[in-house]
Parts: sequence; C-alpha cells; structure tokens
Amino acid sequence: MVESSLQTGYVKHAPGFVENEGPKLITSRFKHADSFTLDKYLSTGGYEGLKSSLNRSPGQVHDEVREASLLGRGGAGFPAGIKWGFPPEGVWPRYLVVNGDESEIGTYKDRLLMERDPHQLIEGVLIACYALGLSQAFLYVRGEMALAQERIALALDEAYEAGYIGKNILDTKFSVDVVMHWGAGAYIVGEETALIESLEGKRGMPRLKPPYFPAAIGLYGKPTIVNNVETLSNLPWILNNGASAYKGFGSESSPGTRMFAISGHVKRPGVYEVEHGVTTFRELFYGDNFCRGIRDDNELKMFIPGGGSAPWFFQEQLDLPLEASAVGAAGSMLGSGAMVVMDETTDAVKACLSVVRFFARESCGKCSPCREGTTWEEKILQRILDGDGRPSDIDLLLDIGDNISPGPYPAAAFSDEGLDAVPFPPSQTTICPLGPSSVAPIVSAIRRFRNEFDSLITRRDPIPLSLEVEKVVT
Amino acid sequence: MTDITSAETAVSITVDGKKVTAKPGELLIDACERNGTYIPRFCHHSRMQPVGMCRMCLVEIDTGRGPALQPSCMIECSNEMVVDTQSKKTIKAQEGVLEFLLINHPLDCPICDKGGECPLQDQTMAFGPGESRFIEEKRTYRKPIPVNENVFLDRERCVLCDRCTRFADQVAGDSLIHFIDRGNKTQVNTYPDQPFSSYFSGNTVQICPVGALTAAPFRFKARPWDLTEVESTSTFDSVGNRISVQESRDRVLRFTGVDSDSVNWGWLTDKERFIFEAYSNENRLSGPLTTNEVAEGSQKHAVATSWSEAYEKFVKAINETTPERIAVIGGSRLTNEAQYIWSKIAKGIIGTDNVDAQLDDGFSPEVLLSLNPSTIDKTCKPGGVIILLGADPKEELGALYLRLRHAILQDQCKLIELTPTKTGLSQLATHSIRVPPGKTLEAVKALSGEPSELEDDILKELTKVEKIIKNNDSISVLLGRTSLAETSSIVEEGAIKLQEYLPKASFLPLLRRGNINGAIDMGLSPGLLPGRCDLEEGSDKLQNYWPTCPTHKGFKTKEMFEAATDGQIDVLILLAADPIMDFPDSQLVQEALDRIETVIAVDIFATDSVLQADIVLAAATATEIEGSFTNLEGRISPIRKSVTPPGTARPDWMIALDLVQYLAPNLGPSTFKELCEEISLVSGIHKDFDFSKVEQIDKEGVVLNRGKNKTQTSLIKIPKQKANSFRLVVTRSMYDKGVLSAHSSALKGLAPGSRIKANPKDMEKLGITSDSTVRLIGLKGEIQTRLTPDPETTRGTIHALWNQDGPDIRKLIDSSLPVNDLKIEKI
Repeated sequence: MVESSLQTGYVKHAPGFVENEGPKLITSRFKHADSFTLDKYLSTGGYEGLKSSLNRSPGQVHDEVREASLLGRGGAGFPAGIKWGFPPEGVWPRYLVVNGDESEIGTYKDRLLMERDPHQLIEGVLIACYALGLSQAFLYVRGEMALAQERIALALDEAYEAGYIGKNILDTKFSVDVVMHWGAGAYIVGEETALIESLEGKRGMPRLKPPYFPAAIGLYGKPTIVNNVETLSNLPWILNNGASAYKGFGSESSPGTRMFAISGHVKRPGVYEVEHGVTTFRELFYGDNFCRGIRDDNELKMFIPGGGSAPWFFQEQLDLPLEASAVGAAGSMLGSGAMVVMDETTDAVKACLSVVRFFARESCGKCSPCREGTTWEEKILQRILDGDGRPSDIDLLLDIGDNISPGPYPAAAFSDEGLDAVPFPPSQTTICPLGPSSVAPIVSAIRRFRNEFDSLITRRDPIPLSLEVEKVVT
Repeated sequence: MTDITSAETAVSITVDGKKVTAKPGELLIDACERNGTYIPRFCHHSRMQPVGMCRMCLVEIDTGRGPALQPSCMIECSNEMVVDTQSKKTIKAQEGVLEFLLINHPLDCPICDKGGECPLQDQTMAFGPGESRFIEEKRTYRKPIPVNENVFLDRERCVLCDRCTRFADQVAGDSLIHFIDRGNKTQVNTYPDQPFSSYFSGNTVQICPVGALTAAPFRFKARPWDLTEVESTSTFDSVGNRISVQESRDRVLRFTGVDSDSVNWGWLTDKERFIFEAYSNENRLSGPLTTNEVAEGSQKHAVATSWSEAYEKFVKAINETTPERIAVIGGSRLTNEAQYIWSKIAKGIIGTDNVDAQLDDGFSPEVLLSLNPSTIDKTCKPGGVIILLGADPKEELGALYLRLRHAILQDQCKLIELTPTKTGLSQLATHSIRVPPGKTLEAVKALSGEPSELEDDILKELTKVEKIIKNNDSISVLLGRTSLAETSSIVEEGAIKLQEYLPKASFLPLLRRGNINGAIDMGLSPGLLPGRCDLEEGSDKLQNYWPTCPTHKGFKTKEMFEAATDGQIDVLILLAADPIMDFPDSQLVQEALDRIETVIAVDIFATDSVLQADIVLAAATATEIEGSFTNLEGRISPIRKSVTPPGTARPDWMIALDLVQYLAPNLGPSTFKELCEEISLVSGIHKDFDFSKVEQIDKEGVVLNRGKNKTQTSLIKIPKQKANSFRLVVTRSMYDKGVLSAHSSALKGLAPGSRIKANPKDMEKLGITSDSTVRLIGLKGEIQTRLTPDPETTRGTIHALWNQDGPDIRKLIDSSLPVNDLKIEKI
C-alpha cells in the first residue's frame, strides 16, 4: 500500500497548470485541490464513460474511438483507433502499455494528467482494455515523477477497492489488472520499443525494426498496444459525449483538444488545453487567454514548437495553426506539444548546446552515430563557447549532423533570405530518432544565427597536413 | 551454407547493377558477400542474431519506394531489391560511421595484439576516411581490466559492437558481461565482483573486431603477421573441433576456432583454446628414459637413455614372457595411423588381445556398434527430439553443448533428460527427469510402456515424454556415462532397450577422450580388429599382413588390472594413458602396478603412472605430428604438424614403426605412406579412404560409413539401496586435475575443487551441517570431508566431482560393484 497523501493532508499540487477560458475536455478537474481522489472524480462524472462502454459491445467502443479520429498524443500523431486494429488475428494474450515516460525537453503535460487526474487515465485504460478485449495493462511512469507515481498508486488502490479494476468490473464479466511500473530515468524509454524492453527488465534500448510496431510483437513477444497518457485520458470524455461531439472541437483533420506545455520567456507559462488545429502559435504566445506575451515585452527570437527534437521556428512561423501536418510542412513538428519560447536576449549557441547536451547524455549508446556523434557535437559547441572555436567547426558540426541524419535536415523557411522550408521528418542512420534529434538545434541555430557562431570563433584553422592517401579497395 | 538455391524459392536482387540470386530470408549482407560484394561490418556475425548496432553496413536499398540507407545486416533479401553499395550516399555514411568509431579509439595499434589482423584497421583502410577531424579529448578508461582469469578487456579500444555480450547471452548462455552506463560512456563490463566465469569466454576474444578483448596466453607474444598457421583438428576431446594452430619461432602461440558447418561453428571451449600452453611446457618428456638397474630394492629412478637401448629393452621385456601376459592400455590420444600400427604390434605381432583404449569410463564397443549411428547435424535436426541418457555435455564436450543449446533455443528441438544429476542443459529441457542412479533401464522401460519399479512422480513425467516421442520422427539419443561410480552396463542396457523400442532413433556416443572413436575403429579394444570387426571375421582379411592374430577375446582395462593383482600380467604398455589418475578405482590400479614386472609408457608428460614405468618413450603431441582424427560421429579430419617436438621425442606412429622393425624385421610397413596404404587394405570401413591424402580434406571432414552389429549383454543385477545408505554419483567437470590442464598456466587454477554435495533434507535428517566433518564409508575405503547442501542433488545420493583437489573420491569406488553405496558417519 502506498502512503496516502489524504492521511497526511494534501501535498500541494506541483506547478504547471494555469486556469483559463476555453473548452476543457480533459483538464476540467485540474482546478480542484482534491482532483485526484476517487470521491472528487465520481462527483464530477467519473467512471461514467466506463459504464457507458460496458453497456456496449467492445466493437462498438472501438468504432466510437475510430470515429472520433483520436490522434495519438505522444508525438507521432497516429490515429489511436487504427493502431488498435493492428494486432494480428488470433494471437493472445495481448497487452496494453501506457507510456507515461514523458521526458522530452519542455514537456510536462502527462505529468499533470497523472498527478491531477489519475482516475481519468485509469478510466481511459479500462475503456481501451474493454474495447480490445485485454485483461492486463501496464502503466509505465517516468522514474523522476514521484508525485505522479504516488497518486496513481493511490488511485489504483481506490479503484481496486471500489471495484473499477480487478475481477468482474461493475458486476460484468469484464476483468482487468492494471500494474504500475516506474522507470529508472531514461529519456530513450519514451520510445515505445525501448519502453517495452525496460518493462521486461532489460536495458532500455530501442528494438530492431522490423517488426515496425509492437502491435505485432511487443511485450514478452506478444501483440502490445502502447498509448500515451493524454491519448487515453481523452477516452472517458469521448465515450460519455460521443464521437460527433468530440469532432465538434478542433479542425477536421485534428479533432478534439490538445494539451500544450509552454515554457521559457513568456509571461504566463504553463499547460493549456487548446482546440486542436484551430489556434495559432501567435495566439498561444500572445493571447490574453494563454501566455500573454513575451517577458518584459521583448521581441521573440525563436521557439521550439514540439519538444527538444523539433527544429526551431522563428517570428515568420508564428501564424501557423497548431496542427501536425502544417507544422511538418513548415519544417518542424508539433511532437509532444512542448514549446520553449526564447526572447531576443537568448544566446543561440548556448541554447543549442543546452539541447544537444541533453541528447548526448540521454543517448542509449546502441548506434555508433548517435553514441559518438552527439557527444562530439556537444564538445565542439562547448569549445566554441569557451573561445577555442575554429572557422571549420561550423561546417564540421553540420557534417557530423549529416552523418547522423543524411540529406537536407528539416528546417523552417526564411522568407527574407529566400530559404525554403525543408519538411519534417529527417532521414537517419540510426535505429531510433534520438540521434537525429540532436541535429535539430544545430541546423536551426547555424542556419539562422551563423553570425553568433562566427563572433565567438577566434582561432584560425591549422594549416592542413593532409597527405593525399589513395584508398585501398579490397 | 552456400548451396545452390532452388529456382522456385530463390529471390533475385540487383547488387551494384549486377543481378544475383539470394535465398529467401537470407540477410542482404550475407547474400552480397556470397556473390562477391563485401559490405563492411563490425557487429554482424553469421552465427549470431543481427543487432544493427554499429551501423557500418549501411547501404542504399531500393525496394520500390526509392533508395534509402538501411543496415544490410538486418534486411532480408526480397525480390527485385536494388542495392547500391558504391553510391555517394553509401560511401559517405560508411565513412561517417568509421569516423565516429575512431574518434574515441586510442589508435594504439603499435602496441595492440590485434594490430595486423584487426577488422577495424582493415576496414578503415578500405572504407574509412583518410584522416580524423576530431581534436577534442578522447574518452579514457583504465587500461585492460581482467574480466576473468584469461580474458582482458580494454574499454578504450572497444567499439561496442555487442558481439561478446551477444555471444555470452545467446550462444554460451552465460550473460555475465553486459553494457553498463549510457550514451558516450556506454561500456562493456562484468557485474560488480562477478567475473565472466564462462567455459567459452575465449570465443569473445576470437570474435572481437578490435583489440578490446585479449587472451592472457597470447598477450604480447607475437605480431599476427609473424604467425604461421595450419588448419588442424583439436584432439582434446572427441568432438574434433576444427582449429587453426598458429606458431612463431617453432612455438605454438594460439589456437583459434575454424567455422566448420558440421562440427563446431568456429567455437571452442577455453580448455581447448588454451591447452596448447601445456604442449610447450618445459616439463615435456624430451627423450626415452629407463629405470637404472643399480639401485636394487630402493626406489626406481629414471635415467635418460638412447632410443635404441629403450627399444631393445622393450623387445627384451616382450620376449621374456608370453603374449597373454602382456597388456596394452590407452591410445585415445594417438592419431588414427598410430592407433593402427599399435594395434598391429599388440594383436598382429605380439599376439595379445589384452588391448583397451578405454579406462573403464566409456562403453563397451560391442554395444556402440549395435546402435544406429548419428551425427551432430542429425542430432540437432530442427524440430527433433534429443534424449540425454547421461553425462553433462557442458562439462564434458563443450562445443557439442553449444550446438545442442542452439538446436533447442533456435531450432525448436526438444530435450528430454534422463539423468541422475542436473546438467548444464537442464533449464532448457522440455522434461528434465532425475532418474535415480542405477535406474536408467527402468526409466527406458517405463518410456516404452513396460512395467517399471520407478516412483510414481517420475512415471508421470515419463508418460508426458512418451507422447512427445510418439509424435516425432527425428529422435536422437546422447549416450554418456551418468556416473563414474557405477558400471557402464547400466546405461548400455538402457540404450539397447531404447533402440529396440525406437528402431529409428540414432545414437551419438559421448565418449569424451580425444580420438577414442578412432581407437575403436583401429581395433584398440578387446575382441576387435581394425575396421571394427570381431576376431573371427577379421583374421582372414589380415592374414596377409599380420603374422599372427589372437583367437580369444582379451581383457578389458578393469579385467587387466584384476588379472595383474593375481600376477597374470608381466608387461603393461601404457599408450598415453594415466590409469592412476583416470581409472575410477585407484587402489586397484596401484595394487596392479606394484605386481607388474615391466611397465612401458609412451607419453608426453611424466604423469603419476609414467613415474612408475620402467621404460618411457617420449612422444610428440597433436601440434607436432601429421595424421588424422576420428570424432564421435566417425568423421575423419586431418591433424597437421605445426612445430617440432622437444628433444628427441618422436611421433607415436614413428615409435611404433621402429618397434615393428625390432620385433619382426622385414615386416611392413616401414614408411608412413605404406602404413596409410595398409590401413585401407585391411580395414573394411577405411577401404575407400586414402590416409596419405588426408590433408586434402576440407574443414568439414569425411564421415565414415560404419556397419552395425547385433549384440546382447547379460542383464546385471543392481542391488537394492539399503536404508540410510547413500548412492554415490561421480561426474566430471570441465576443469580438473588432468595432466594437460596442470601444465597450462591459463587453466591450472580453474578447477572448482572437491565439493561433495548432498540434499539438505538428507543432511538435516542426519543432523549434519555444512560445517560438520563427516566420514564417508565405501566398501573399500573411506574419506573425511564436509558436505555441501545442494537442493538439486537427488535425495539418497551423494554427488561428487571427478579428479579434483581435496579428499580423493576414488577411495570410495570399488569397480567390481555395479553401484557404490556409502554410509555417512558424523564425527
């Protein structure tokens, strides 16, 4: 049993949530101090979605979700209803794994969902299990999120006791076990195959592809559906209100709402639930209902639109809608919905180093280009900042990037310089996209702020001692 | 591996504009190599599963959706695939990966043992960028750390290809080395305070694509380009692994495994890999010795002599007695050719049939000849059933263990164990059944549906096994000694019964000693003549070549010693045999040796038995001779000479040919070529085999087609175990006090030592703990020891390891009994 915060008095909510106007599909309970308790959950319409599901056949529930075009919120944006249809016929058992290893730079939306409304997530898990005919689900929570772990554990205990989880849920034949597992703090475990490895007790390293989806061969070699926390948290609302009501929000291709976590140099950073595909970046950063502008009314220098792996955007991209396809075509990604806003006082090289260092430290060490390349990049950037940079370092950085992610790297357009956007995603020489992610800040910063690099470079290149060696071909 | 793909299933791919065919499901990197296009790689190894870790094998592959860089070690060939290994993008990616691998590599090639045969060096030359752009500080670690007694790991040189860690996990099943830390600090290491204690650790050195893993016996001994290598066969155990023997300055410095499809797949046990150290040990016998005759009554004292004097003494000793009072023991370490000529000397010239190559630790040849023969490939046939009747392959025949492990894990073979003790394969077995010692026949009876006196829970398991056997066509039996403290008849009867019940089943005998199968083929066994025929059948064929031939079946080793204690043996010839060490009943051997007039030893070391010999003939060993070897499948493969023997030591066949001239002048053969010809003429099973051209055989060897005889054994009665007595089970472990291990610096410290195990429940009942000293009392002797509680040991048994330091377990073995029961007394 987990020591209950109810007995010790409420632990103050961790920061991150900002109250504002607008549709609230999944953050409606966030404003309550006791939002994580079963009592509060039940008094605000909790577990109604589950009851409504149990009155229908699993196929009907699946159809409802497919109909709602619920897009995965982990970053790739793949429709959940279609993903659910992937497991090969006749292969049992199957598992549901909830990816709560949220650790992308700037992302903290799943943390809030787990801390402030764990029952909503559990209800989503149960609905998914019912629709898919599963009886075992695993909740993988990031190692550092202590409060989330505690509250989920507490919620699981309450739900088991109240008969929402376990044998014969609500006196039906439907039975599910939900197990929470917490990680040891590795970013790469957010990659679904690495998460499965970690859940199996192995070193968290991405698996070989093919098979491309764990839905075919996943946990313990069985078909496994891996869904993000936010994706599943949407299910109670959809089942309560129906797919058509859900599609009433957002744009046609991206229905519903999305949670965006905004940090950096804005006046009111936080997590906002925003209509999907309708709002623009400008509205989000400058709107009164949201971030209320840049700190000290400074100029915006650049922003990361979707987590540390996303190429940077600049003033020119502010009017893009918050929609995956539009952002992708403009040369970046919406990813996990984490935005970092940087104002004119920011040092582009330092910002770049900060992101690159993150990826260098989080590389799992499997693929040579990522393991060696990211650290090399970090060392060069540090050297430039230390005043030991050489003119050739800039081309070297770009070429290391090219060896990790060959070909033109996704980048935003600069209308004034006549540079076109290179669409997302990049190509890669590695198994997973972690290595290529480290290239994003480098390409973005050098393409836009080369002058800042140049001004830091004080040394000359050494005179090449190159011997033209003819290659021996075997 | 390179069989022609059949037209229906082959897929057609284009490699660099050239159309080639590939097998369906074949990895692209293998298909390209088979068709002459080498794609660089570090992590890919054809005997292990792909991991896609190094990214060196990236090539541009177009499967209809446009060319994309993909690792060729993970992509299976599909029809119409277009591959470009020379495109600009491919070359850039490969150069990029090599640059990444080299930036933190110390480039200490001048002092690296791998320099000169290093895939990283070679591939950098062929596929890498000309120079490095890396000017930062390199990653440093403490220079080599020992991961076990013989293997050193230099983490600075490591390129993290996952080969050693995959080998440990997938192939050997000892996942004791693993990646720790992450990102740029990722490194291979052992678990804290837990060495990489694997019988197979040396293989990681062999497959390491850089100089990160080095083996102590080779460190700083020679540069690879100074080595001269010959491909040979390991004579150490009866699997007959293919090896490459590498020498410099007339000294063998390294053995490496050769990838033979049908035998060892390139793997060796550490014992086989490092045993060469013993061959160049300074204590090798370097010339003939005799005891000096001056010291009458006092201790025997060996003095060096000349070969002619030694031969004359040999002949004198033979001529002073009659043939039936002469005995020959041993011969399994000899080549086939030497075995034949010794067989001829003993049986065809002297005329004694008291010849046995086995030391009561094997099986009766008659029984082996009555069973369907098998091969390793046949045993490991995908989807088949393997029945293990005895002996632990992991401890006794390591390379075979790796093949069996692969068959079970990757090829869906089912293993059924009917053994008294747990083995290295038990945890992989479909059914691992503990048959009480002495009850093998009962277990087989129960399996074939006959009434049996086994306990109910075992019978229940056996009915499940019966179902598996019934539904499978491919059944192979591994036949080994379950215990050295019981008679071989126990397993032999089980085997014969099993062959009756399953006429299609084939048997692989796990006789452990090197060329023991060749020895049986050549007639070094009582009642047998070369070609595995009996005395009656063979004598006609031999009369043109052999002046005489025994008419009555002679003694087995055990019977020889028993006869010797009665004074019936005057001369004993030991052909590289050490009965004092290797015969289960050591007291019997000592009594016998004390009574025998003249002991003649042909050996390479002064073993305990050789020290008691009157005439010692120094022999050459496996790296010093030419010849051939017959493995447990009956596969003949060549043994090649690499270095010269020490002093005047001579190859066994040469010693034997000399003796032929002394014993029966003018009788052939007199040259090696004549010897080879004579074998083919007299031995039925070798008639199509040309021994003089044996070095032309490729690494797969040639499997002999051996006939099958009928046999019958008389049922022996196993006495019922008395209450409060404990049945003794003695098994071998990989490392023991054996003379070769003792003379190899890499191996001598590895023996686990005596650990006599009992079931903790039995110990509790007797009121003893692991701290209390107890007296184990057998019929002939007793020892004082402590018992180790082990829940895996069957109740009512005592499990001990053979030939270890500590109390001498052989004192408890009386070889005249079918089983040995002990009493335990608390002191």
